[in-house]
Amino acid sequence: MEVIRSQKRTPSNDTVSNPKIPLYLTTPPMEVRLEEFERFAIDRLRVLKGISDGLARGRNPKEMDDLVDTLWKEHMRDPDGSVMLNKDIISHFVLRLVYCRSDELKKWFLSMETALFRHRFRLQNFEAQRAIVGEFGLPYKAVTGAELEGLKERLGQVVRSLGQISPTVEAVYYKVPFEEVPDLVASRRVLIQKGYAFVAGSQLVSLVVTQFRSHISKALILTNRKWTTTIREREKDRLTPVVEALSTSYLGPDYSQSTEYAEISLKDIDQVAKSCFPLCMRHLFEKVREDHHLKHGGRMQLGLFLKGVGLKLDDALAFWRAEFTKKVGSERFDKEYAYAIRHNYGKEGKRTDYTPYACQKIISSAPGAGDHHGCPYRHFSEDNLRAALGRMGLSSRAMEDVMDKVRNKHYQLACTFTFEAVYGTSCDAGINHPNQYFEESQKILKSKTPPAPV
Amino acid sequence: MTREEIKSRGEDEKMMDAPQINNNPKPEESFNVNYLRIYYGNLFPYTDLHKWLSYGHDGKHPGCDEYYFGRREFSFTLENDVYLRYKSFKTASSMEDAIKSSFPYKIDIGAVYSVDPDKRHAYSQTGTNVFTPVERELVFDIDITDYDDVRYCCSGADVCSKCWPLMTVAIKVIHTSLTEDFGFKHILWVFSGRRGVHCWVCDPKARRMTNEQRSAVAEYFRVYKGNENNARKVVLMGYSLHPFLARSYVDYLKGFFEGELQATQSIFSSKDKYEKILEMISDEDIQSELREKWENSAARSSLSEEAISLVRWEQLKNTLQSKKHKAPTLRMCVEEIVFTFTYPRIDLEVSKQMNHLLKAPFCVHPKTGRVCVPIDPNNCDEFDPLAVPTLPQLIEEINSGGSRMDVDDDEEDSDRSLLGKSIKFFRSSFLEPLLKSCKEEIETSYKTKIGKSKDSFSW
Ligand code: SF4
Ligand SMILES: [Zn+2]
Repeated sequence: MEVIRSQKRTPSNDTVSNPKIPLYLTTPPMEVRLEEFERFAIDRLRVLKGISDGLARGRNPKEMDDLVDTLWKEHMRDPDGSVMLNKDIISHFVLRLVYCRSDELKKWFLSMETALFRHRFRLQNFEAQRAIVGEFGLPYKAVTGAELEGLKERLGQVVRSLGQISPTVEAVYYKVPFEEVPDLVASRRVLIQKGYAFVAGSQLVSLVVTQFRSHISKALILTNRKWTTTIREREKDRLTPVVEALSTSYLGPDYSQSTEYAEISLKDIDQVAKSCFPLCMRHLFEKVREDHHLKHGGRMQLGLFLKGVGLKLDDALAFWRAEFTKKVGSERFDKEYAYAIRHNYGKEGKRTDYTPYACQKIISSAPGAGDHHGCPYRHFSEDNLRAALGRMGLSSRAMEDVMDKVRNKHYQLACTFTFEAVYGTSCDAGINHPNQYFEESQKILKSKTPPAPV
Repeated sequence: MTREEIKSRGEDEKMMDAPQINNNPKPEESFNVNYLRIYYGNLFPYTDLHKWLSYGHDGKHPGCDEYYFGRREFSFTLENDVYLRYKSFKTASSMEDAIKSSFPYKIDIGAVYSVDPDKRHAYSQTGTNVFTPVERELVFDIDITDYDDVRYCCSGADVCSKCWPLMTVAIKVIHTSLTEDFGFKHILWVFSGRRGVHCWVCDPKARRMTNEQRSAVAEYFRVYKGNENNARKVVLMGYSLHPFLARSYVDYLKGFFEGELQATQSIFSSKDKYEKILEMISDEDIQSELREKWENSAARSSLSEEAISLVRWEQLKNTLQSKKHKAPTLRMCVEEIVFTFTYPRIDLEVSKQMNHLLKAPFCVHPKTGRVCVPIDPNNCDEFDPLAVPTLPQLIEEINSGGSRMDVDDDEEDSDRSLLGKSIKFFRSSFLEPLLKSCKEEIETSYKTKIGKSKDSFSW
């Protein structure tokens, strides 16, 4: 790819009339104008950002399909198929450059591009899908004849276990080493036998996405190498500033640093927990005080939240020590737990700052026996949730509204409703992050109480 | 003073006299540093461990990676809770020397890293992430303490012959799936010394799995989603069980639930017990119908606890059967109850990460003094955790002229000694088949490599 300043452009030859998903396997031999370099990248970024939002809001796969379709039409579509294809390819490669520069950036880009690819793939017809499988050169053979016959009963069982009442087995199954379709294995959506997963034609997307993901992941490492060894220096007057600006222009708050509102000290932490913590954190907080212990998942969820809330490392250590030593003794605390707390604050190990968990992550966690982390709206039984909401002072009206959202699996909305009921103001943005909940509530409470006389 | 510099102490202490075997030993009588020193000095199977963790890279074949064993992380927990991570050893004898000079209370085995864990600091200077785990057995950790809400004989760290069968069923379910579904062949089950079992899957494919792939296998096994705040802990959706769950249910869980579990735990025999089960039925009418029946029958029953429990289970099944159509949440209710009580409760986090540590086989548990011996998954019903040899017994045996186990090949002799059977089983059922296939793999990959380099000459 050559970036040029001139107006003329060499259109790519392989003009395709119907929309096609490129696999971005090689850098395209084409020229790009500097303005397009940036504009295309920003348009694609809008799409990726929209996807990221959708995922954070816990949209289901179908809703994501629609969302991706809309976003793509809005920002990327062009009546001329070949123009669109060029834009697609160019913008991808520019963002690859932008996002290859740190592990955090890589991770985000990889997930969003994979999600984008997944949903675009799902929107294709079966033939187009098969073509893509061919393009990747995936060596999978369809299972046929006697082998398929022999598996029919159990394949039918899988179909029924996924909620379909009749055990209709699909016409085409592929036999794939199980480790190549981890998501299908994890959710038991395939039959596995002697190391092979039997992937239905309609599940092809999972196979292809795995390939796509690993391809992009490797490519990012290579791009990073090129960037640091040559491109950054060579382009320091031209592309480098554009690239660097692109990655910072959008990054939303991650609450890894506390803001002006957030700054709490040990002595009023109990008070603050009661008045400003979202239910998930309130529950964890009460449990530590009560049991003087929390299992790993709970320590991470609460610990990082408290960091985001502005509890200093020393205070955090003091807080956890005060509780845990009642149960495990200070020696064991220092040995087993203190390290992890410093680690969360980036003071041990890799020294990366851990960011507090967003609702999405908390909701999708899977607390087990003895665990108290997770999102109460999702993980509590109805009785326990009602009791907890009662303790937050919800009226029975408000309680029913919340429970209604819970039943429909809109956990963050349920939390938003709780927020609105507790503080008596509306929260249009919705709750996406426990630290956001905390900050919003602080704002409200601080605006209500006049500043204390000095 | 850094942790690594802490020296072994008490080197001039004398060997102990033979201990008295006592049925109710105090912890220090069943386990102490002096016993441990004798154990490590005479019985611990260093060579076997080294052979295992070398996976055929014994330097004899030109295709061997002679640094393989040396990149494996070990960690020691010493007497006073000093914890040393990232130890590594070039050879079997350097491992043996380190263990004999510090007699760790616990030895953990970690991952194989890209570079020698002992030297990781030298590499970290370069700033890039060169020190990363590259291989690791796929491991599972099942602990009886996670079953506290379904056993009435013991709680916490205690186990007895009544609740141990829960572990036995767990082994059967997981082992069958690992072999039948995932196609693994080299699987080692080990008693954790006190209250659970560990599983090591050692096939090359398993060792090379990424964290994502490990998570996928772990999640495949996850059925139990319950936590402290929700009574319905197992939720099964759909119109049928997934073939893996169906097999587990039919072959192991159902029979165990209605047989041994009822006999040992009588899970419906009292109100406290059956209320927990009624909570799992998401239909209040059925709940109260059954509750009424059982409350009334309680007073005038002359049956044994087990018999009462069995009758009630039948009643519950019949009631649910007749009302199955009522709600989709009732469709799998019977299965849900059986799974809640009997399905393996694995600590999945241990399985998901390559760099998680797990206690080495043949360690001795400091609280019980029992050796972490292998368990034969095909005869796991016969395994009795309370019959596993303890340190005092082993030392008694040594002092009365029993042989050392480590390097001897005298089968006759080893068979008769307390630990001999376990070591023999480890060798013949696990180690030998494993090493055979490892050697074959080394040979094949060597040949392809040679083949490739020949090709490249013709370019
Ligand atoms: S929605 Fe978010 S903030 Fe609210 S309880 Fe759940 S995880 Fe916590
Ligand atoms: Zn017991």
